[in-house]
Amino acid sequence: MSGPASAPGIRFDKIDKRYGGLYALRRVSLEIAKGECVALVGRNGSGKTTLLRIAARLSRPTAGTVTFVGGLAGDDSRPVPAGFVAHATMLYDELTAEENLLLFGRLLGVPEISARATELLRDIDLYDRRASMLRTFSRGMRQRVAVARALLHRPPVLLLDEPATGLDTASVEWLARTLRQLRDSGCTILMSLHGQSEISALATRAVRLDAGAVVADSADGGSVAAILNVSVAG
Amino acid sequence: MSLLSNATVLLGKELRTEFRSRELLTTTVVFILMVVVLFSFTFDTSSGESRKFAPGLLWLAFLFAASLMLQPCFLREQSNDTLSALRLSVSDPFAIFLAKLAANTLFLLFTELLMLPVFSILFNVPVGGVVAPLILVFFLGSLGISVAGTALSAISAQARMRELMLPILLLPLLTPVLIASAEATAALLDPAPAFRKDWIGFLAIFDVVFLTALWLFGEYLLEE
Repeated sequence: MSGPASAPGIRFDKIDKRYGGLYALRRVSLEIAKGECVALVGRNGSGKTTLLRIAARLSRPTAGTVTFVGGLAGDDSRPVPAGFVAHATMLYDELTAEENLLLFGRLLGVPEISARATELLRDIDLYDRRASMLRTFSRGMRQRVAVARALLHRPPVLLLDEPATGLDTASVEWLARTLRQLRDSGCTILMSLHGQSEISALATRAVRLDAGAVVADSADGGSVAAILNVSVAG
Repeated sequence: MSLLSNATVLLGKELRTEFRSRELLTTTVVFILMVVVLFSFTFDTSSGESRKFAPGLLWLAFLFAASLMLQPCFLREQSNDTLSALRLSVSDPFAIFLAKLAANTLFLLFTELLMLPVFSILFNVPVGGVVAPLILVFFLGSLGISVAGTALSAISAQARMRELMLPILLLPLLTPVLIASAEATAALLDPAPAFRKDWIGFLAIFDVVFLTALWLFGEYLLEE
């Protein structure tokens, strides 16, 4: 999997997100340097998914701003969107694996999309199943296609929301290998995780959220492992 | 990728998934067929009066069928959060609406044209000489239903009681389309057929106004 030539950092500045009277995020300020691989940890409902969706520009913050430091590639009217892997596959069950990749590739304007889809299907070891409907795939296979979809346009920033959930050991190993290659190629990665795993071992930094606020950041001192361990205990 | 090329790609997806599953078309055709047949049992279709009330009944059947067809339009984007993937991928969110309303218009028009001969036989109303202007009325009426319905489908998909919400919002909003379409159709089915430019113009204006509103504000309907 090839990564981007130049990745931006991400700056969250005093982000609030309120649903009615409930704060999902409260004054979250975070600066992620280009090429960093950051693990977001915390209990269920701590605000990890909300922060990732705001970074992907799928959700608008109630207050505060998100800036891609160094700028995303593309022009101002159409910056290259971040690659986003969510809990849900974000794929159509009634299309084949190949049709899903071709659909999103065409929407994103990926050049030579057929060749790119073939390359990714080989990478995720599903080329032989390219003509199978996605609904016939296991959770692990769907997740591989979901990651391939997120990487179609070689995004400079990758956002992953608990990407290893429901995956078997082999699929987790594949995902860890893929993310390692992307991290080493300079892609900026922000991922939410539950505790320590092969995936969390890739993190160069860990941030812990609690009740919508940042309560620990390895960049301010302390080790990544310590923050990940606190999350497991919590 | 421009708005139109994005919309074309998405329209291809809508048509492919529908023709693969045939869920919407089958349900809608069966529903309209049942309603038209039941109406024909309820009213005296042998009298000349049927020319006057039949177009209204026909458009009522189309409207009910449309509310059935429009319901899953955005709901089925929620099961795998594909709407988020679309929002991340398109250059302009209006492309999502454009593709969906084009697909809904095509499905509705296809169903209406399929029902036209059935309606003609059951209600004893010959349509042979006015098929072309009827298609124009069907198209403008269906476009109006689809534009407003697609927007409301996006709203109701995020609401509680979503199954009830769409018809409750849709039916009052589409009353002008129902009246204009029924009047234009009735004039065409008259023994002395007339092309009512006033009603057809009204339908065209309704379509343009709602299409413009959707283009301007549609993005906000997709936000979380």
